[in-house]
Formats: sequence, structure tokens, C-alpha cells
Amino acid sequence: MPQSFLQPVVLTLELATVSTILLLTLGTPLAWWLARSRVPWKELVGALVAMPIVLPPTVLGFYLLVVLGPHGPGGALARLWGQPTLAFSFAGLVIGSVVYSLPFVVQPIRNAFAAIGERPLEVAATLRASPLRAFFAVALPLASPGLLTGAVLGFAHTVGEFGVVLMIGGAIPGRTNVVSTTIFDYVETGDWASANILAGGMVAFAFVAVLSMFAIERRFAGQRQ
Amino acid sequence: MSEAEGVDARFSGRLGGFALDVALAAPARGVTALYGPSGSGKTTLLRCIAGLNRFRDGWCRVNGEIWQDGERLFLPTHRRPLGYVFQESSLFAHLSVKRNLRFGQAVGARADAPAIAWDEAIELFGLAPLLDRAPRDLSGGERQRVALARALLTQPRLLLMDEPLASLDAAAKEEILPFLEKLRDRLALPMLYVTHDIAEVERLADRLVLMDKGRVLASGPLAALQSDPALPLAGARTAAVTLSGTIEAVDGDFGLTSVAVRGASFVASGQSGRIGERRRLRIAAGDVSIAVAKPEPSSILNVLPARIVAMEAATPNELAVILGLGEDGAGERILSRITRRSWERLHLAVGASVYAQIKGVALSRGDADA
Repeated sequence: MPQSFLQPVVLTLELATVSTILLLTLGTPLAWWLARSRVPWKELVGALVAMPIVLPPTVLGFYLLVVLGPHGPGGALARLWGQPTLAFSFAGLVIGSVVYSLPFVVQPIRNAFAAIGERPLEVAATLRASPLRAFFAVALPLASPGLLTGAVLGFAHTVGEFGVVLMIGGAIPGRTNVVSTTIFDYVETGDWASANILAGGMVAFAFVAVLSMFAIERRFAGQRQ
Repeated sequence: MSEAEGVDARFSGRLGGFALDVALAAPARGVTALYGPSGSGKTTLLRCIAGLNRFRDGWCRVNGEIWQDGERLFLPTHRRPLGYVFQESSLFAHLSVKRNLRFGQAVGARADAPAIAWDEAIELFGLAPLLDRAPRDLSGGERQRVALARALLTQPRLLLMDEPLASLDAAAKEEILPFLEKLRDRLALPMLYVTHDIAEVERLADRLVLMDKGRVLASGPLAALQSDPALPLAGARTAAVTLSGTIEAVDGDFGLTSVAVRGASFVASGQSGRIGERRRLRIAAGDVSIAVAKPEPSSILNVLPARIVAMEAATPNELAVILGLGEDGAGERILSRITRRSWERLHLAVGASVYAQIKGVALSRGDADA
């Protein structure tokens, strides 16, 4: 019994880790640009990034399937290394998770950058720091609570995602079956005891994630005063 | 002083809803105060010189190096060798005092012959006990001391200060002012100092740029502007002049110091220096009364012959009288604030010989016209 839990749990953690790294790598510069750019069309980009918050996951999953499937650009890309499609693979799961969780990572980081304001960067410039140095030595550390919050939210949101991973991954046992889809399988087959163990684990995980976010907020709120 | 030294700047245009049209020149050393009411454009002017604000129509040259030439050339802030002290605490919250100081510390060629070395800065600003602390654990005055030291450790060729004392309480201001006086007397740098507090101008400035509504009303040596009847300073309730003089005698028995200025010699309380040292004297218009004949001996220490140079109504019933010190009135100029009734009863007139009785003279270190 525990052996059958291990595979989805490990896959879920792998997926969440890889996705979170990608989310931070993509989301941080994007959040910086959204927080500081003065171009009027930046809110269009902001709205596009935020779309997954309101879109049903199945809709997002469906279009991802179209794009990543054999007849979409994702399929063409996959054929470069001899695969028919990006869908129903770990790479597909990662892409789906990144798109779906992006707003949850970008928003807190963007808010953190906006809260820093112009002044510390002006100060850095008067101390001869190039814009690049000002970003890494001043903006990033000062925004670290936002980055941490974004990382926790992105990780937790990826772990908890169901609709998108079901559509794009197909819940193939041993390959794309993550915890959330495994719970669904157990319920469908009437194995409520197993579903209960995994679901309980998710509840505990969610509690820890939310708690750690509050802790981050408290700690940094104290430090900034 | 060659023409290329010091600061030469012009900016005009609009930024948001604010119109600026100014030209500024500052010598290669000494404090030039930018003084005026809030909204007069002093901070904007300072930010333009730093490259933090940008006007298309702008020109800025510092010590012979062109920092902006219209739209053709605009050196970004981080390439301008300047030090900038902001009004409020601008220390990086995530770095210790030491790491804040190290942040802008000059590296490379400029570090070989620093105008101010690390140890010197620590000593000058008394920072040794603060080095390992976090900015949030410092008082307002301590933060500004760190900010000043941090700006100087970049080895700037121009020091810009934007109301560095405005966010501090009176005690903290008094704590910082002596540091600023030391810097003024010690560093061979042009320093631009934005303030709306005339007391800071009187203590620190060598030259003054009077600003109002985005324009320069007048600029020149401090004392000349203070005693110019055409400018609003002479008529202000708190009007005063700042003179510079040389200590010529110290009376240890009575604890008095005599300071000679052009056309007169003042006696002030305290014995804080040696003969030959330079001192600034602040003489408030309200402390100067006028007598037409030499008065009877009294407790007033300073009774000096003078001539009335000019008179300007400060209010309908109060006058600002400008006096030239000395029998011939050719010495330094001071202000006296008297009532219109006194002016008429004493039959005073421009050119008249009088005696100025001065109740209070405040001494501080340094030179008023470096």
C-alpha cells in the first residue's frame, strides 16, 4: 500500500520543485517589468498573466493540449527528439503548471517590487551602482518576502492543481499521475481509505504552506520597521 | 578659480505640473545653499544635477566634466561622481551599517588617493560603535550620520544634500550640524545644500541661491543677500546677517571673545578659540537697536558706530534698516529691525551717522565667505 503512494507523491514533489524554479526564473523579471515599466500596454500583459485565476482549469488544460499536442507547436518541438507530443509527459505537466501558477507567483513579487518604491534604487544609483547591480544587491533582497511568498504559493498551487494536470497529463499511472489525480482515481474505484490518506496529507501540507506564508510576512514586517 | 571648476548648471522645462527655469553656479569649494519655500524647485534642481530627474533642455557641468548637454549627452546617475544625502533615512534596510558604508565605497583608481579614507570617515562621524547594527536600530541622527559617511566614501567630486536635517528633531539637528560644519571646512568640494530652514543657511552656507516658484530670485555671497533690501530675507521676522571674522582677543577672566570683522570688532560670550581663528557671527535684526548719539554705558557689550545705508518697510509699522559698520559706514552690513515711530521720532534718514547697539552675537566655527 505505501509503495503505491510513493510514486505519485515523488512525482508531485518533482513537478512542484521544477515548476517553482521555472516560475521564479520567469516570474521575477516579469514582475519587475510589470512593477516598473511605464508603457501603457503593460496591463494587457498583466491581465494575460492573471487569466488562469479566473479561467476554469479544464479550459486552460484544453488549450494547452491543443498547443502541446501532436498537431500543435509543442508536438513539432517534441518531434525534434523523436516524441510524438509534449502532452501526457512530465514536460507537459511542467509547462501546464507554470502557466497555471504564474499569476500566483508574479502578483506577490510585483507587489513587493512596487512596495520598495523608487528611493532605494535612486540611492543605489547615487552610490555608483549600475541598474543591474541595484537590482541584485538592493531590489531583490528588499523584495525577498515577496519572492518567498511567491515561491510558497507557486509550489503549493502546483501541488494542489487538478484540472490542468488531468487534461494535459491524462493521469497515466506511473508517468503523469500526481497526488491530486490519484485521489480522484481512488474515489472512482471506491478505495476511500487510500483517498483519505492522500487527501489528509494534502490538508496537512496546505496548512503548513499557509502557516509558513504568515510566518514570512510576520518576520519581514518586524524587520522593516 | 578656473571657470571649469565648481558647478555650472541650467535647466528649464516642465516636469509633471511643475515648471522650472533656473541657472546655478557654485564655486569649487564651500556650501551653496538652495533656499526657498516648499514647491520652489530646490529639490528638483538638485535631482536634475544628480541625473535623477531629466529635463530635455538642460546643461550641467561639474569640475570641467559635462554631465548633461541637452539631449545629446546625459550621464546616468551611477556614472556621476557625486554624493547624495536624502531627506529621510535612505539606508538599505537589509544591510548592516558597515555594509551600507561599503556599498558605495570607491574601488579602483579613486581609492588610491581618497579624499576621505575609511578610518577617517568612521572617526569623523563617530560610527565605530554603530558598525554592526542594523539601520532600524539607529536613531534618526545616527542614520543621517551613516548616510553622510556613506555618500563621502564614494569619494564624490560634488556633494548634494537634500534637506538632510528636515526629518530630525531639534536635538538631532544640533547633533548633526557640527559634522556638517566640519565637512564644509575640511573638504575641497562643491556642496549644494537644499533647505527651507534659514537657521541652517546661517550656520552652514557660504553662498546662497534664493528660489521661488521654480526660478532663482537671487544668488550670491550669503551676507550680501541677507542685507539686500530688495530681497525678502532682510524684511523677514527672523532676519539676521552672517558675518565672518577673526578672533583678535580672548578675555579669560570674563569669558569673552573679540572678533574683528570689516569695519568693527564684536565682543561675544564664550572663549572657544584661539587668536587668529576664523569665526562666523550671526547677528539678528531684532537684537540691533539704533541710537543717534553715543549712548550712556550700559550692559550691552557692543555699541558700534555705523551709517544707515538703506531702509525698507518690513510691515506697515516695522522697518528693516541696513547699517554699514564704521564711522564711514564702509564696513560689513548688519540689519536692524525698528518701528516706524522710532524712525520718525529719531529723525533717521539714509546716510545718517548712528550707533548700533547689539544685544546678542552668536559665534560658530568657520568662514562665511570661503
